[in-house]
Amino acid sequence: MTESNKVLATFEVNGEPHEVAFRPHKTLLEVLREEMTLTGTKHGCELGECGTCTVQIDGTPVLSCLVLAVDAVGKDVRTVEGLACGSDLAPLQDCMADLGGAQCGYCTPGVLMAADALLKDNVNPTREEIQEALAGNLCRCTGYLKIFEAIELAAARMRGEDAEPSKESIYGS
Amino acid sequence: MVLDDPKARTDGESTPTARDDAPWQHDKKKEDLEHVGKPIRKVDARSKVSGLTQFADDMTLPRMLHMKLLRSTMAHAEIVKIDTSKAEALPGVKGVLTGKDMPTPFGILPVSQDEHALCPDQVRFVGDPVVAIAATEEETAWDACRLVDVEYRELRTIGGVHEAADNPEPRLHDYGVRGNIHRLENLEFGDMEDGFERAEHVREDTVFFEGNTHLPMEQHATLAHFDKDGKLTIWSSTQTPHYLHRALARVLAPLPANRIRVIACPNGGGFGGKSDPFNHEICAAKMSMLTGRPVKVALTREEVFWCHRGRHPVLMRSKIGVTKTGRITALDFHSFLDGGAYGSYGTASTFYTGALQTVTYAVENYHFRGARFFTNKAPCGPKRGHGTVQPRFALEVQLDKVACDLGLDPAQMRLDNLAERDSLTANFLRIGSMGLGPCIEKVVEGSGWKERRGKQEVLPNGRIRGLGLACSSYLSGAGLPIYWNGMPHSGVQLQLDRSGLCTVFCGSTDIGQGSDSVLGWIVGEVLGIDPLDIKVVTSDTDLTPVDLGSYSSRVTVMTGNAAMQAAERAREQVAKGVAQKLEVPAGRLVFHGGRVFDSQDPEKGMTFKEAVGFAEAALGTIGTVGSYTPPKTAARFRGGGVGPSPSYSYSACVVEVEVDPETGVYSVPHVWMAHDIGRALNAAVAMGQIEGSIYMGLGEAMMEEMAYRDRSHKGKRVFVHKIPSMLEYKSPSALEMPKCTTYVIEDPDKNGPFGAKEVGQGPLLPIMPAVANAVFDAVGVRVDENPISFEKVFAAMHSDDKRYGPKTDETGVPDVDFGESLQVKTPWQGGDGKASNDPHRTKKAAK
Repeated sequence: MTESNKVLATFEVNGEPHEVAFRPHKTLLEVLREEMTLTGTKHGCELGECGTCTVQIDGTPVLSCLVLAVDAVGKDVRTVEGLACGSDLAPLQDCMADLGGAQCGYCTPGVLMAADALLKDNVNPTREEIQEALAGNLCRCTGYLKIFEAIELAAARMRGEDAEPSKESIYGS
Repeated sequence: MVLDDPKARTDGESTPTARDDAPWQHDKKKEDLEHVGKPIRKVDARSKVSGLTQFADDMTLPRMLHMKLLRSTMAHAEIVKIDTSKAEALPGVKGVLTGKDMPTPFGILPVSQDEHALCPDQVRFVGDPVVAIAATEEETAWDACRLVDVEYRELRTIGGVHEAADNPEPRLHDYGVRGNIHRLENLEFGDMEDGFERAEHVREDTVFFEGNTHLPMEQHATLAHFDKDGKLTIWSSTQTPHYLHRALARVLAPLPANRIRVIACPNGGGFGGKSDPFNHEICAAKMSMLTGRPVKVALTREEVFWCHRGRHPVLMRSKIGVTKTGRITALDFHSFLDGGAYGSYGTASTFYTGALQTVTYAVENYHFRGARFFTNKAPCGPKRGHGTVQPRFALEVQLDKVACDLGLDPAQMRLDNLAERDSLTANFLRIGSMGLGPCIEKVVEGSGWKERRGKQEVLPNGRIRGLGLACSSYLSGAGLPIYWNGMPHSGVQLQLDRSGLCTVFCGSTDIGQGSDSVLGWIVGEVLGIDPLDIKVVTSDTDLTPVDLGSYSSRVTVMTGNAAMQAAERAREQVAKGVAQKLEVPAGRLVFHGGRVFDSQDPEKGMTFKEAVGFAEAALGTIGTVGSYTPPKTAARFRGGGVGPSPSYSYSACVVEVEVDPETGVYSVPHVWMAHDIGRALNAAVAMGQIEGSIYMGLGEAMMEEMAYRDRSHKGKRVFVHKIPSMLEYKSPSALEMPKCTTYVIEDPDKNGPFGAKEVGQGPLLPIMPAVANAVFDAVGVRVDENPISFEKVFAAMHSDDKRYGPKTDETGVPDVDFGESLQVKTPWQGGDGKASNDPHRTKKAAK
C-alpha cells in the first residue's frame, strides 16, 4: 500500500533552492521530474542501465535513478536545465546542436551532463577519454561519433581556440 | 534476346520505363542552392540540447490519473475468469478496464485486425495486456494490478517456426492460411528452369537471422484527455499519428474520428518500434472517457520489450545459379518468418523478405516463397530495414561464397553485375538513379581492399585481421499506403503573413531523423528564407494535413515533395504581389537571401517580409497547400504492392575485423560506408543517419538478440523473454563504436526533392553480412546465423565443416506446402507486370 508519510526538504538544484515534500523512497530522478518539474532529465530504464538520467552531484556525474532523493539534500545538484547561461547555450550545447550530436534528443541531457563533468576536469580530453566518460550513456541514434566530435570541438573552443568542425565530419570523406 | 545484355531488359515496347516528368528540381546545380546541402543546424536542435523538448512522459495535466496494465504471465492460455473487485476497492483507484470494455479488434493492417486493447478471452504471449487500472498515484495503480485475480487455462505453447508448422492446433488466431500459418506467398518471375540450366555454378545455403528489437531510449508513453467539449486528445510517442487516429476511431466508436485529436510528441527514438497502434494508447483514451480525467500511461523498460514489433527471426533457404562471372541467372529463395503473437505489419514483412533482392544486382529469374507463422512470443513487426535485412544478410553472405567458389573478387563480381539505372527488375520494381557502383568503388579504395583482403594478417596481439564487403538498397518510402485509398500520402500547408513569418503545417513526425528540419530546408530553399526563421508545426491531426507517418524511409521524399509543391505555390503568389509593385514580370523575380528581387537588376527588390505584405494586399491572405502521391507502380500482380518506391538508395560497406583465433572473440576497428543518397539535403545530418545505421547494424551483428528462455517448470512449459532489460540486452556502448569513414554519394533521382533519396535505413543493411564475410576472410569460417556472436565463431572454428548455422539440408527448414506459384513474365520476357495465372482468382471464380 502507498504510504503517505512525506518528508520536507530543500534541494539546491542549478544554484536555486527547491523546497519540496516527497516520500522518502523516491529517487532523485522522480523528485526532479515530478516534484520540481525539471523534466529535462529523462529516464530510460530506472535501473541504472542506460545513463539517460545522468545529473551531477557536487560536479560528479551520477545516475539519478539510483540515488535516493534524501541523499541529495544539501548537495549541489546540476541538471541539463542549468547548463545554459541565461538564453546563451554553453559551448558544449552549441557544438552538439551544430554537429547533430542530438538526433531524437532523449539521451542528450544525460550525455551533456556526463560530458560537461569530463570537460570540467579535463579540457583537453583524448578520444579514448571521451569514450570512457560516456561509456555509461547509451545512445541508439547517433552511433556516438557526432557526440564525440561535438565534445572535441567544444573542448577546443573552451581552450580558447578558434576551432571549426572538420570537413569530414560535416560533408563526409 | 541476349540475356546478358542488360539493355535488352528495358528495350521492349510494352515495358514501362522511367518517369518522363521531373518536377522536383533534381537537376539543380549544387552551387545554385542556398540552403540545401549546407550543414545547417536542425530546426529543433536548440530545444534538444537544452532539455526543453517535451516528450510524452514530460507532460502533466491537472487531475491527471496514472494508468498501468496488468499483463499475462502465461505464454498461451484461455482466460477463464478475471476478478478485479479487490483492485477496485483499493483507495485511489478510479477506473478499471478489461477486454469486454473494448471488444472491437484493431491492428495496423486492414488484413490483420487481430489485436484487442485488452485480451478478452485468450492470451498469446507473456506480456499480453489483460487489465488496465487508473489511480491517483502511479504506485497505487501498480498495487491495484497485483490485487487482480486472473484464472487461466493453459494452452500448448508454439515456440517457433518448426513448431508452428508441425502443430496446426491449438491455433493462435482463427484467421490466416491454415493452422498457425499466417501468410504464404509464392511468386515466380521468369523461367527458373532455364535460369538454372544456363547457370555455370549453383549453390544452396540455409541461413538464420535471429530477431532483435529497436530499444529506443524513450519508453513509450501516452497522455489522454477527454475534455469538456466531448473531444478526445491523445499525446503519444508514436511514429504514425494518422494510423493511431484510425485505430482509436475504430475501437472507440461511436466516438467519431473528427472528435479525436492525435498529437505525436517528438519520439525519443523509434526505429519502427512506435509504428503500430498500441494497447496502452487505446486503453488510456478509453480510461479518460470512463473517468472524465486526463490519464497518463508510461511504460517500463520491460514493457517496451513486450511491445516489441521488432525484427522477425527468419530462417532462409537460398538456391542461386550464376555464370562464371557471377551473374545471377536464377535465384530461388525461401523465407520462414517467426511472427510472434499478432499480425502487426507481418504481411508486409513477409513480402519484404522477397521484394528487394533484385534491385542491387541483375537477377534474371527469381522465385520467392515466404511463410509467416504465429508463435507465442511478443509480436514482430518493422524494425529499421523492415523485412529486407534478413534476406540481404542471406544474399550478401551467399554472394561472398559464390565469389569464393568462382575465384572472383567479391567487390569486382558485384561491380560487374549491377542492376541497371532506369530499368525494371524481374519483379517489376522501377529503379531510377543507381549509385551502387561508385559506392563500391569508394569503400574498396578507402579500405585498401585490393591490397589487404585475403592476407590473414597476424597482428602483434595474435589476432587475425579480415575485411568483408556487402551492399544493399532500400526504399525511399513505400509506394502504397497501409490501407487502400486514392488520397495523397503526404500533405503540407503553408501560411505566410505580413510579419514575414512562414509556417509549415504537416502531419509528419520527427523521430530524431530530422523530418521537421527537412520541411524547413525545402521551404527555405524555395522561398529564399532562413530555415531557422520558419515555424514548423507537425504531427497534430487537428492542425496538420495528413501524412502517413515516419516509416519506410518515406518522409524526405514524400513530405519533401509535398512541401516543395506548397512552397512553389506560395512563391508564385508572393511573386505576383511583388511583380505588380515593382512592375517587372513575375518570371524575372529571384527569391534569395531573405529578399525578392529582379534578376536583371538585383538592386531592385525588397525584403521577403515586405514582399509577403504586397502579396497580401494584392491577393488577400496567403496560404497554399501541396501534396504528394507516389508514381503508379509497374507491378500489377497480387503482392506487387510491397517493394515499389519512388526511388531506391544504395549502400556499400567494408568492415574490418580482428579475430582472436583461440577464442573467436573479435572486434571491429574500422568501417567504411558509402551511401548513395541521391542528394544530401544536409550532409551532416545525413551522416548522422549513416553512422547511426552502422552503429545499430554492429549491435545486430555482434550482440543484440530477442532470445527466449524455453524451460520446463513443474511439468509446465515456461516460455519467457530471456533478457527484457537493457543490462542483459546488450547493445554497443561508446567504447565499442569503431572508426567510421563515411562517403556521401550523390546520384540525384528524378522523384525526390532536389534529387534526394532515403538515408535512414539503407546503410544498416550491409553491416551484418559484411561482418560475417570479414570473419571468414580472417579465420576461414562461415557463421550462417546472425548475430555473429563470439561463441558461434568459436564453434565454427572447431567444427568439421568450419561453419555454424542451421542444418543445410531440407530438414533445416519447415516442411510447408506453398501451393501453386503466381507466375509473372519478366520485363525482358515481354511481361506487362501482370501474372499469367492467379490461383487465388481462379479459385474465387470457380466458387
